[in-house]
Amino acid sequence: MIRLVDLSKTYQLGDQPVKALDQVDLAIEAGEYLSVMGPSGSGKSTLLNMIGLLDTPDSGRYFLAGREMNALNEEARAAERNRRIGFVFQAYHLLERLSARENIELPLVLAGMAPAERRPMVDQIIKRLDLDSRASHLPRQLSGGQRQRVAIARAVIRKPALLLADEPTGNLDSHSGAEVIALLEELNNQGITLLVVTHDPAIGQRAARRLRMEDGRIIDDSGATQPPSADSRHAHR
Amino acid sequence: MRTADLLQFNLRLLLRQRFRTLMSLLAMAVGVAAVLLLTGLGEGARQFVLNEFSLLGSDVLIMLPGRKETSGGIPPLTGEGTRDITLEDALALERLGSVQRVAPLIVGNAQTHVGGRSRELLTVGTSAVFFRLRELVVRQGQALPVIPLQRAEPVAVIGSNTRRELFGHQKALGAWLRIGDRRFRVIGILDDRGESLGLDLSDGILIPVAAAQQIFNTQGMFRVFLQIRPGSPMPQARNDIQALMQQRHGGERDVTLITQDALLGAFDDILQLLTLGVGAIAAISLLVAGILIMNITLISVSQRTREIGLLKALGASARTVRLLFISEALQLALVGSVLGAVTGYGLLALGHWFFPLLPFVVSIWALGAALGIAIATALVFAWLPASRAARMPPVLALQGLAR
Repeated sequence: MIRLVDLSKTYQLGDQPVKALDQVDLAIEAGEYLSVMGPSGSGKSTLLNMIGLLDTPDSGRYFLAGREMNALNEEARAAERNRRIGFVFQAYHLLERLSARENIELPLVLAGMAPAERRPMVDQIIKRLDLDSRASHLPRQLSGGQRQRVAIARAVIRKPALLLADEPTGNLDSHSGAEVIALLEELNNQGITLLVVTHDPAIGQRAARRLRMEDGRIIDDSGATQPPSADSRHAHR
Repeated sequence: MRTADLLQFNLRLLLRQRFRTLMSLLAMAVGVAAVLLLTGLGEGARQFVLNEFSLLGSDVLIMLPGRKETSGGIPPLTGEGTRDITLEDALALERLGSVQRVAPLIVGNAQTHVGGRSRELLTVGTSAVFFRLRELVVRQGQALPVIPLQRAEPVAVIGSNTRRELFGHQKALGAWLRIGDRRFRVIGILDDRGESLGLDLSDGILIPVAAAQQIFNTQGMFRVFLQIRPGSPMPQARNDIQALMQQRHGGERDVTLITQDALLGAFDDILQLLTLGVGAIAAISLLVAGILIMNITLISVSQRTREIGLLKALGASARTVRLLFISEALQLALVGSVLGAVTGYGLLALGHWFFPLLPFVVSIWALGAALGIAIATALVFAWLPASRAARMPPVLALQGLAR
């Protein structure tokens, strides 16, 4: 489903060029559960942004669902993000002035969907994530765990194939964190491809496939396990 | 994004920052109201003047002694005649086939006495025809009688102010007054609206033209109003009149004929220019409002950097982000303009209520221009900050680092 070929990205940090991604090759099958770990500045967030079409590589190629993404213009990349990719951030990134329900609805609104079409979809996801009692609350009236649930609901409302989570439990206590991870894993069980970037080894270990990054390179890949297929066992050690 | 969703999204934002929204609305509204108010007043003044002067009707020629060029500039209002236009001239003009009515006019200031009171008043010597030409309304009594022009009948029609000045609470109709050394009986009192062609007749006295000749000891007319017979073409009538006067004045063309249109045209041009001028000055306040909107949009963009990043991550393209910010400014401008338009026209209506003489003018072009400028400035000034938002790289924006 995802294939990165020779992907590189260099940032200018002061007058020092930093290789955030250094000729990364990676293949991810649909429905896989991956964790990306590594020290700060190892390039794991850049990898996530690259896969999420938030950033553009300096060189190399990126295929998503069989289509080459490098060739797309900004307009088309935005449409791809809206349709295929869900983001979960450490800081939730909910709009404070909108209720939980309206935050969840936002990707549908941006996609230009009619209100009558949106309503049942939002109702369904709210029910599924057990947010009924909180739907009309503003984010500041919610606990951290509840906010992240709203953010996850927003990320999956478009039924994307890919869910990207950047330190999803970073701002949560261990109990709420465990709940959020459980929710993400449940979504993965239902077929969504899940990629979690984390510092927390306990969370990283839960993933079926574990990547370790350092200096912009993937230095360790436990290998694709689910679903097992010869193609995805393309390890990069 | 659907338009309804866009409007609602912006509305949420504007309602959340009430003070900011209120201030920009105020700036916009003041600008639009100023444009409408000033152009409305200018246009009202213009129409007032035009109404005042067009009472004459377009089939009336004004003859004044002396030869003046009437092309370019304001037509002469004072004539220095080489030869007087006499009553005989007026009578001869009346006999012309293309002339229907002739009203001679002698104007001067004369000391007027009633009992112990004495005032210097505008004294107009004319005939009954003048009342019809100028549509003068007699409130009490009658107009000047229809008599041969040469007869100095001792009767007078007085203006409403004159009546108050000279008679106070006494009965004026039928009373006698003295102008110079001649006595006149008051036979009529004019209605309040007496101003015409710069002569405020409410402060004046109208007497037969022959009587005025005696009082002012003059043969010459100040003006002669000529109404053209219906159906006769104006240029031909003009030629007839000029030819007759030339013949009567020993071959010299020493009178000037002006039409109302020439007179009005000059006034119209000046007043229109004036209206445009004050309108343009008011439009500057709209420009200032536009700059305010730009600042507000800039602040909005930098405050909402993370939101821009998020919206992009959720699938908003650069175009959508730009649209969001521009439509926000546009919404402000529109609501502010409507408020300003209502206020501006409300004030004009109020002014009309207090000063009914001033016409209440809703000029569509001023409304269109004000709204147009308001929306254009909002668009132009929001474009820069909105484009900045649209260009932000999503990753940096999400971290609040984009600028």
